[in-house]
Amino acid sequence: MTTPTRIDRRFAALKAAGKKALVCFVTAGDPDFETSANILAGLPKSGADVIEVGMPFSDPMADGPAIQASSLRALKSGQNMIKTLKLVADFRKTDPDTPIVLMGYYNPIYVYGNERFLTDAKAAGVDGLIVVDVPPEADDELCLPAIRHGLNFIRLATPTTDAARLPAVLANTSGFLYYVSITGITGSAAPVATDVHSQVARIKASTKLPVAVGFGVRTGEQARAIAEGADGVVVGSALVTAIQQSLDKEAHATVKTVPAVLDLVSSIAGVLKSA
Amino acid sequence: MTLTTPSAKLNSYRAGPDDRGFFGLYGGRFVAETLMPLILDLERAYEAAKADPGFSAEIAFLNTHYAGRPSPLYHAERLTDHFRAQSKTGGGAKIYLKRDELNHTGSHKINNCIGQILLARRMGKTRIIAETGAGQHGVAVATVCAKYGMGCEIYMGATDIERQSPNVARMMLLGAKLNPVTSGAGTLKDAMNEALRDWVTNVHDTYYIIGTAAGPHPYPAMVRDFQSVIGRETREQMVALEGRIPDTLVACIGGGSNAIGLFHPFLDDKSVAIYGVEAGGHGIDIHNGHAASMTGGTPGVLHGNRTYLLQDADGQIEEGHSISAGLDYPGVGPEHSWLKDSGRVTYVPATDTEALDALKLCTRLEGIIPALEPSHALAYVTKLAPTLPCDNLLVMNLCGRGDKDLFTVAKALGIKI
Repeated sequence: MTTPTRIDRRFAALKAAGKKALVCFVTAGDPDFETSANILAGLPKSGADVIEVGMPFSDPMADGPAIQASSLRALKSGQNMIKTLKLVADFRKTDPDTPIVLMGYYNPIYVYGNERFLTDAKAAGVDGLIVVDVPPEADDELCLPAIRHGLNFIRLATPTTDAARLPAVLANTSGFLYYVSITGITGSAAPVATDVHSQVARIKASTKLPVAVGFGVRTGEQARAIAEGADGVVVGSALVTAIQQSLDKEAHATVKTVPAVLDLVSSIAGVLKSA
Repeated sequence: MTLTTPSAKLNSYRAGPDDRGFFGLYGGRFVAETLMPLILDLERAYEAAKADPGFSAEIAFLNTHYAGRPSPLYHAERLTDHFRAQSKTGGGAKIYLKRDELNHTGSHKINNCIGQILLARRMGKTRIIAETGAGQHGVAVATVCAKYGMGCEIYMGATDIERQSPNVARMMLLGAKLNPVTSGAGTLKDAMNEALRDWVTNVHDTYYIIGTAAGPHPYPAMVRDFQSVIGRETREQMVALEGRIPDTLVACIGGGSNAIGLFHPFLDDKSVAIYGVEAGGHGIDIHNGHAASMTGGTPGVLHGNRTYLLQDADGQIEEGHSISAGLDYPGVGPEHSWLKDSGRVTYVPATDTEALDALKLCTRLEGIIPALEPSHALAYVTKLAPTLPCDNLLVMNLCGRGDKDLFTVAKALGIKI
């Protein structure tokens, strides 16, 4: 990819300003399409630099209870791939700059059709993809075609990605590298900041790509501690938990839902950016 | 020309998977990065074990002295007579039952668990996890863990715990920690999700014994290899009994490990007709009312492999239904998907009711109570056998015994216990 994407430009601008990126994950259609659209629209002003939009899947094997529940809420409200792409397209009408990364599992993409998906995602204004269960060994399936469509393919590196394996993980990664701070599922116990620092240092010695750290980050203080040495942090489970806690007894959105997420993002951003 | 020459290999149904774990379109390694190093490590360990004669000798010893192999190949005379009496063509195949229900722990699952526990020990792992549906795999895992003093945690759907209570008690008695899974419909698929979540969290000391010939490479090939003892024995026993190999093979398919174990050694014998019987549940035309992923599903990616899945148009996995907890899975081993597309094996459904009828038939005519899973295979045999000539040698894999199903069967048949 020769021309910088929105993701490249955003990380470069933050680096120039000496700031860390706040990457925010929410599931498309959680708890319903309209509320989800309002959350997305409010995220940039609340301090989100990059937005990861989860593509709901019935069997999110790498996710903890919070994101599993979020995915099921979205599916129950009728979310599907067509609506997820529409959500992004609607967001793009009013926000031409904030990078959007679609994140999820391979099957809904595969069933939609890989080429059709890449074409429609690019047209909707998607900038990058994180597909949890497509490893570098299967790059020809989705990663290389995505790059041909001008989309960043962002990979996860984990504590089990050792020196022998890291080059394979980095080979076709672009945009940024997502460092998973723990072995485990999303929303697990918080990582030990010093462990993360040494791992991030190890990875940054091998790549010029920005590194964002995620899994288990819930507060601004944690985000600031984890981000040291990295280029950004990812917050996900904490945000979908905020959605969950704002719902009424029938799991429908309330007036509190959108502010609950945006206030949490503002508070995390406030601490992270004050560094 | 021997089968090892490259040109012969191209014409073989037994050459897969390729070095990336694919059987044609199906299989592969679709897992999260955290698990990739473990999967690659497992593949290396399995390749090394396969090349070590000591490993196969150890398996052979345990098969004989612990599992009770070889299992008999039994001529079911009264079933044969029954089908001949029903034949409109004056035919009726000669029915043999491969008695894998007589294995220690009551099913074919022990064949795989012996192989995998030995591999786990070679790899220095100390903690074993597994998923289970009917509980047969869970019992087999808990059994080998007890034998080798390994920590054991079993993930089982809450719905399945309820309908397979005898196996739950056995697992607990064997010292396994049972983790009920309430996500989804609380069946096998959800148990597998939770087991994968455990594995991704406990990567350093834990070995995941997958119970069927599915999951990321190398599991489908490895489980098939361990289960192929069924087909190898059948071949030898049939030649000894009848002087030739069988004409027809029938086995039930959930994930498909008992079936691939019987089929694989015969795939290149063109004279052998092979049938896999899926769970037709309430009927194949009833949406989400069956678990026949090949007859009623489409290709997709789940649990580490590409294969036929029960799913909706958006790629969301459906729960499916079967009276048999062991067949109640929305996917199938990838090698079966490939054998279906290639046309080498014919896959057909049998409904809950047909399976129950077959269970009764076998019980009354042969004094053998089969599990609900192989009762599906027998349900298809009841249709197929009368159409075949008398000299057709048919082998059905009786892969599990019915003790675990007594409560389910009694309820379905209105018997008070």
